[in-house]
Amino acid sequence: MTGGTIVRRSPPDRVAYWQALDSGRILLMAAATMLLIAAFAGVVALHPHVNWRAALAFGGFIAVGELLRLALPGGREAAPIAMVGAMAYAMSLALPRQGHVRYDALLVIAVCAVAMSVGALPHIAAGRPAGLTGMCTRLVAVSCVAFIFRPIVSKDFVKEPWWVVFAVIALVYCFGWLTETLIGALIRADDVGARFSVAVRDEMRLQWPLGLAVGASVIIAIFGTKVMGIRELAVFIGPLLVTQIAFRRYAGIRATYLQTVRSLARVTEVAGYVEAGHSRRVSRLAIAIGRGLGLAEPELLALEYAALMHDIGQLSLRDPIPGGATLLVSPADQERIAELGAEIIREAGVLDDVADLVRWQSRPARGQDPAPPLGSMIIKAANAFDDMVGSSTDRNRSAAALDRMRRDPVEYDAGVVAVLAEVAGRRVPSRL
Amino acid sequence: MVSRAAWLYIGLVVSVAAVLVAAFAKRSMILAQHSAHPAHYPQPLITLIALQALFLVCDSGKAPLTARQTKWSPSSSATLAAVVLLGPVAAAFVGAAAVLSAQRPLRLAERLFNGAMYAISGLAAGEAYLACNGIVGLPRTGHFKAILLAFAAAATVHVIANHGMIWGVNRLNRASGAWRREGLESSLTLLLASDLGYASLGMVIASLWEIMSWFAAVLVLVPLFIARWAMGQFTEQQRAYAATMNAFCQAVETKDYYTRGHGDRVSRGAVMIARQIRMSADRTEAIRFAGMLHDVGKLGVPTQVLQKTGPLSEDEFAAIQLHPMRGLEIVREIGFLFEALNGIMHHHERIDGRGYPMGLAGHEIPEFARIIAVADAFDSMTTTRSYREAKSIEFALSELRSGAGTQFDPVVVEAFIAAIEQEQWQLPEPAGEPADLTTVTVKDHDDPTAPLRVVEP
Repeated sequence: MTGGTIVRRSPPDRVAYWQALDSGRILLMAAATMLLIAAFAGVVALHPHVNWRAALAFGGFIAVGELLRLALPGGREAAPIAMVGAMAYAMSLALPRQGHVRYDALLVIAVCAVAMSVGALPHIAAGRPAGLTGMCTRLVAVSCVAFIFRPIVSKDFVKEPWWVVFAVIALVYCFGWLTETLIGALIRADDVGARFSVAVRDEMRLQWPLGLAVGASVIIAIFGTKVMGIRELAVFIGPLLVTQIAFRRYAGIRATYLQTVRSLARVTEVAGYVEAGHSRRVSRLAIAIGRGLGLAEPELLALEYAALMHDIGQLSLRDPIPGGATLLVSPADQERIAELGAEIIREAGVLDDVADLVRWQSRPARGQDPAPPLGSMIIKAANAFDDMVGSSTDRNRSAAALDRMRRDPVEYDAGVVAVLAEVAGRRVPSRL
Repeated sequence: MVSRAAWLYIGLVVSVAAVLVAAFAKRSMILAQHSAHPAHYPQPLITLIALQALFLVCDSGKAPLTARQTKWSPSSSATLAAVVLLGPVAAAFVGAAAVLSAQRPLRLAERLFNGAMYAISGLAAGEAYLACNGIVGLPRTGHFKAILLAFAAAATVHVIANHGMIWGVNRLNRASGAWRREGLESSLTLLLASDLGYASLGMVIASLWEIMSWFAAVLVLVPLFIARWAMGQFTEQQRAYAATMNAFCQAVETKDYYTRGHGDRVSRGAVMIARQIRMSADRTEAIRFAGMLHDVGKLGVPTQVLQKTGPLSEDEFAAIQLHPMRGLEIVREIGFLFEALNGIMHHHERIDGRGYPMGLAGHEIPEFARIIAVADAFDSMTTTRSYREAKSIEFALSELRSGAGTQFDPVVVEAFIAAIEQEQWQLPEPAGEPADLTTVTVKDHDDPTAPLRVVEP
C-alpha cells in the first residue's frame, strides 16, 4: 500500500516561507551561513591542499544521499546516506598508498555544503520543498564533528590500535548526533508549540535507531576506505540502503494509517450524525491541548486517534442527534455512546489505549474513582468547546463557552480548560 | 507434510553435498598451501568459527520483508565473506552451520536439507569466485578491481543455487497449491534483488577483516538489525491498519442488519478474482480495501430507506443511488491507489451503460469497479435480505453468467466462476432476527435542567 501513497498537505497548513521562520530557525540559518562564509573564505585564503578525488567521491555520496531523503513519522525528514557521507568525510583517516589524509575542517564544510545543495536541486526542480532547515542542521552537526576531529588526525593517530581509533570516532560521532538531535528538537518545539524538554525526548526516541545505523555505517565507511580506497565507497552503502528501505516502508504505512483514520472518522459527518468538520476540529484542539500539557508523541498519537473517533459510537444510534452535539443528550446516553464507540475500537484489537480514551470521554473530571485518563478529559473539553462554538471564530462566543467550562470544575479539569483557553485564542493549525 | 519424492530429493541433496565437500576439500587445501603470500590469510580456525556464528545469528533473525512468504536472509553475507577470506571449502562449512539454526523448531530432515543446501551453494560460489580469478585471502588494496568482478559472479551463483534448490523442494512438496499462488511469483524479483544486496555485505565484511577481524561482522550487523526492527514495526503497523479497517467496516455495517459482513465478503471475492487474473500484489492489496469500503457511502443514506421492506419510491431510490459518491467523499483523502477510489465510485455501473452514478459503459468502467460489481452482486444474491431469502451459489453463478455482457464484464465473471471452483466459497451464517438498534432520547435544548446551553452571540 505504500507504493501509491500520496501525502497531501491540507491548504491551511501551507504558509508562505517567511511566515514559517521563527527564532530557532533564524538562529540555525545564521549559524549555517556563518559557517559557509568561513569555510569558503578559509578555502580561498588558506589555499589548502585538496585531494580532489576524495572530495568528489564523498561529495557525490552526499549529493546522492540528499536526493534519497527519507520521510520519518511526524513529518520529519532525514538524509541518512548523506549523513554517512558527510561524517565519513569529516572523520576520514587514511587512503591506501597515501597514508593519512590531511585536510582542513573548513574544506569539509565547503564540500558538504556544495554537495548538499547539488543534491537538493532535483527536489526543487520537482516542486518539493528544498529542506533548507534539515540541510542546515546537518551542516552544523558535521561542522562540529569536523572541527573536533580533523586536528586529531595525524601520522601517529592513524597508527594507533584500531580499537582506540574506533572509540574516538564513536565518541565524536555521538557528539555530532547529539548536536543534530538537539537542533532538530529546538526547531520542532518552535514549529508545533511543544515544550523543549518533551521535544528532546521525542526526538531522541525517534532518532536513535537511525542514528545507530548511520554511526555503524560511518565507521564501516571510514575503515573501509582505508583498506579498499575511495572508489569502492559505493559498496558500503549496502547495509544502510536496507535500513533506509525498511524505514521508508514503516513511515509510509504510518502516514497511510493516520490518513485513513482521519478520513474514516468523517463517516459520522457524512451520515449526518455530527456537524461537518467536527472530528477534525476536536482532534486539532485536543492535540494542541495535549502539547500544552507536555504529552509525548506516542500519547499524542493515541489522543489524535481517539479524538478523531470519539463520536464513532453514534453509528450505533438509529437516528442522528440533532446537530450531532453529544453535549445535548443526557449524561447516561453520552456514556452509552462513549461505551459503544470504545467497543467498536476495541474490536480492532490493536488500539486498546485509544478505546480507553474514548470510553471515559464523557466522565466528569472530578469525583470519579478511578479518575478518567488525561486524554479523556482533554477530549471531553475539546468536544464540549466545539459543540458550543463550532467553526465560528467569534471571540465572544468562545469566551462565553470557556466561561461556562471554567465555572464547572467538576465536569471539566481546570488545568485542561486553562490550556484550552490559551490554544483557542491562537487557533493555529497544528499538525502532528 | 513431506512427500516421498521430497524425501528422495532431500537425501540426494545431502549426499551430493557430502561427496562434493569431500572431493573438493583436498584440492582446496593444496591451493591454500601454494599461495604466494601465506601472511595474507586470516587465522583459519577463528575466522571459520566467527563466520559460522555470524551465519547462525543472521539465519535465526529472519523477518518477512514483504507481506507474505519472502524471508529476509542476510546469512548469505557470511558465506560469501568466507568465499573471499578462506575459499570454497570453508564457505561450504559456514553454510553447513545451518544445521544448527535456532530459527524455529525444525525437524531433522529440514535441518539436514538446509545445511546441505547452503553448503553446496557456498561451494559453488567459491568455485565461481576462483574461476573468475578471484583472490582468496585478506583483500589487498591493489586486488579490488579483480575481486569485485569475481565476487559479483560468486554472489550470483550463490543466489541462483540457493533459490534453485528451495524451488525444487517446494515443487515436490506441495500438497495444496495455495502457497504457490500467493507466494513467490509476485515478489521473486524483489527477493533476488535483496539477496544480491545482502551478498554485497560479504564483501564489506571481508575487506574490514584485516583491521578488526570478527568485529567487522558485528559492525555490519548493526544496520541490518535496525532494518529488521523497522521492518517489524512496519508489519505491526500494517496489521494494526488492517484490523482497524475491519473494525471500522463492521461498525458501518451495524446500521443495516442484513448486510453485516458484506464488505468483508465482497473484499474476499474481489481478491479471488484479482488473483485469478494475476493482478500485481500492490493492486490486489488495494482492491481488498476497495472491496471492504465499497458501500461505506451507505452511511449517508437514511436508515429507514436502507431497511425498508416494501418497494422504494423514486426519491428513496435516488437517495440510494447517491451512495457511491458519498463513499468517494469519505475515502477520497486516504492515500489509496487511485484505482481503489475508482472501484468504490463506479461499482454500480453496468457494461451496457445503464448503471449509476455516471452511466459509463464497457471498458470505460475501471477494472476495479467491474471486479467489485461481480463480487458485490454475488454476495447480495447468496445472503438473506430483508425482502427475500438467500439464493444458492449455483443460482447466483448462473445469474452472473446470464448478466455477463449486459451488466457484468464477461472476463471478470469467468474468472470469478473459475476461482469459486478452485477455492470454495464460504457462505455466511443465515441471518436471524435483527436485534434492536440503540435509540437515544434527545434532550430539548430549552430544558432548564441541561447542564450547558449554547450561548447565542
